[in-house]
Amino acid sequence: MTTFSDPPQASFRLSMLINDTRYRSYTFQAIALIIVIAVFAYLGANLVANLRAAGLTIGYGFLSEPSNYDINQTLIDYTSQSSHLRASVVGILNTLLVSFLACITATVIGVIAGVLRLSPNWLVRKLMAIYVEMFRNVPVLIWIIIIFTVMTAVLPAPNAFRGENATSSMLFGAFAFTNRGLYLPAPVWGPGSLLLASIFVASVIGVVVYRRYATKLLFDTGRLLPMGWPSVAIFFLPTLVFYFLLGRPVTLDYPELRGFNFQGGIQILGSLIALWFALAIYTGAFIAENVRAGIQAVSRGQTEAAASLGIRPNRIMKLVVLPQALRVIIPPLISNYLNITKNSSLAIAVGYMDITGTLGGITLNQTGRAIECVLALMLFYLCISLAISAIMNVYNNSVRLKER
Amino acid sequence: MKKSVILGALTVAGLSAGVAGAATLDDVKARGTLNCGVTTGLVGFAAPDANGEWAGFDVDVCRAVAAAVLGDPTAVQFVPTTGKTRFTALASGEIDLLARNTTWTFSRDVDLKFEFVGINYYDGQGFIVPKALGVSSAKELDGATVCIQTGTTTELNLADYFRKNNMSYQPVPIETNAEGQQQYLAGACDTYTTDASGLAATRAAFENPQDHIVLPEIISKEPLGPLVRHGDNDWADIARWTLNALIAAEEYGVTSANLEEMSAGTDNPEINRLLGTEGNLGEMLGLSADWAKMAIAAGGNYGEVFEKNIGENTPIGLSRGLNAQWTDGGLLYSPPFR
Repeated sequence: MTTFSDPPQASFRLSMLINDTRYRSYTFQAIALIIVIAVFAYLGANLVANLRAAGLTIGYGFLSEPSNYDINQTLIDYTSQSSHLRASVVGILNTLLVSFLACITATVIGVIAGVLRLSPNWLVRKLMAIYVEMFRNVPVLIWIIIIFTVMTAVLPAPNAFRGENATSSMLFGAFAFTNRGLYLPAPVWGPGSLLLASIFVASVIGVVVYRRYATKLLFDTGRLLPMGWPSVAIFFLPTLVFYFLLGRPVTLDYPELRGFNFQGGIQILGSLIALWFALAIYTGAFIAENVRAGIQAVSRGQTEAAASLGIRPNRIMKLVVLPQALRVIIPPLISNYLNITKNSSLAIAVGYMDITGTLGGITLNQTGRAIECVLALMLFYLCISLAISAIMNVYNNSVRLKER
Repeated sequence: MKKSVILGALTVAGLSAGVAGAATLDDVKARGTLNCGVTTGLVGFAAPDANGEWAGFDVDVCRAVAAAVLGDPTAVQFVPTTGKTRFTALASGEIDLLARNTTWTFSRDVDLKFEFVGINYYDGQGFIVPKALGVSSAKELDGATVCIQTGTTTELNLADYFRKNNMSYQPVPIETNAEGQQQYLAGACDTYTTDASGLAATRAAFENPQDHIVLPEIISKEPLGPLVRHGDNDWADIARWTLNALIAAEEYGVTSANLEEMSAGTDNPEINRLLGTEGNLGEMLGLSADWAKMAIAAGGNYGEVFEKNIGENTPIGLSRGLNAQWTDGGLLYSPPFR
């Protein structure tokens, strides 16, 4: 007969913190935590002590003082009498503008280049490989400067458009490409333009509704309605018809050479163009690789199976391969969007006034509030990055492989 | 992410404030070289020459201080700074002295906690335009595109000037003088504005300087001078009196040519005190008795430094103007050496 007894309860000894694998990891984590806290405490105390010794204090009161400087691209009203806070907001909007433009363009370039890199055509494939390798392996700052320098050196100054025997002329009498940027006509919103705008919005909604209906009809009955030309028609026709019915409420204000510069119209600064395109083609090369990886991650059998059903190649790509590839493409795409936003802080290289240029540049310099400005900058970039991440993750969840 | 962000901020802040109040003189002596902040390159004021040696009007201030402190005008480590980085470099202790045509303003002196040790160039802000533009006055610049170095007093003056005169302009922010020159010559801006001396120096570097004119309007006072960190009064004294020694030397007629002869002793007690043959001024500064002699030997007196680097016989061709000795109707005036 055997008697059972509980296994002896090992009493906890201090040495087990090091020797017992169950506790060892906790020990090291605790030590690491204490060290981190100590380092923080030391740095914080050091900062406070040194600031006090230098007679400086931390405060954001300077943000309400007049900034006293001008900014060349302002999406909201701003003069040199506006506050530093407003200058920062101008910078934030400029950062968001260039990041948004660059994200869209980079995605378009990246998807096209990524798909073409897998093209059966040797020349196209190799050209895309050269594009990807060239742009991925040279720092983005270099691209920004190259594009900006080339633009400044190659495009004519506004002066060249002046006089009887001008060396340059405007494209269609409406577009002027100068080394200060691109001048193009600006819309002037006359009476009735609000109605026209609502009609345009309605037709955009109409396009979406039509395409949904067509898809539903296809899935329900197998009847395929034409997609292309009706979409285009719904998109343009109502707006065009009403444009003339309402007596052309929207007119164009053409840029015109007056004084030193082109006046009127819209100016897109050279620095914005340089930054936008440099970020777009640079990040586009990375996105192209993500797209290629995503496509290659879809089993070849899927393509072959689709082909055996008689589906045409571009439809296979659109309906079978890309939807499956998206779940591989989206996560790295998020980090590429984050990179674009963060890399836009290189704007100062070409004198584009983003948040790093206003708050982190001129404001910092004129007020000498380095710590406050840098902290605010970091907070801004952190918020933006987290926001982009959050939005993109929502999208990622919606295209994720559905497991049922 | 959050942690590293705060850590980074604290590190920067901790470092930047960490050296305020330290005895700079001891640091410089222990190191054996003077860390001197200069521009990234402005011919005549501070730029490396063909041999890579820094030369210029501001550079000679650095060399004079190095000679006074270390007895060797070449014991200088030049640190190129931009309009944006200069104050951080000085506040963080990366440099001991900033000699970079920096305007003495109230907020820099009081709020940024710096100590201007004197004025080595009385300047004002001007505009340069291509002659072909047909502009003869800054008042005609309405609507112009203006290249401007960011983070400078000139940027603020520019905004004020155009606002006061009810004119509009489009700023093209640039980082360095070289960039400004390139943008201006490419026609990306109609006019480039900075201190008039800087404009003259920049124009001298053009291929065809005669195609460009500096407009007559001077829209601001720009007293340029070297500066040190606030709170180290001994070090500030050394920099201040080295600059004064150069100015006084010109006033008393001490030049690099007659320096040896004068330092043997003269009838003028002020010269004797300056050159260390009488009194103990050097000892009071914590330096050797011949500190001023070494400083003057480094590049000559103020007048010689001026003529050699930016004077009328150089390509920059600045006349003394306000920068003449007070005895010649200028503003240069050294307090007495006694």
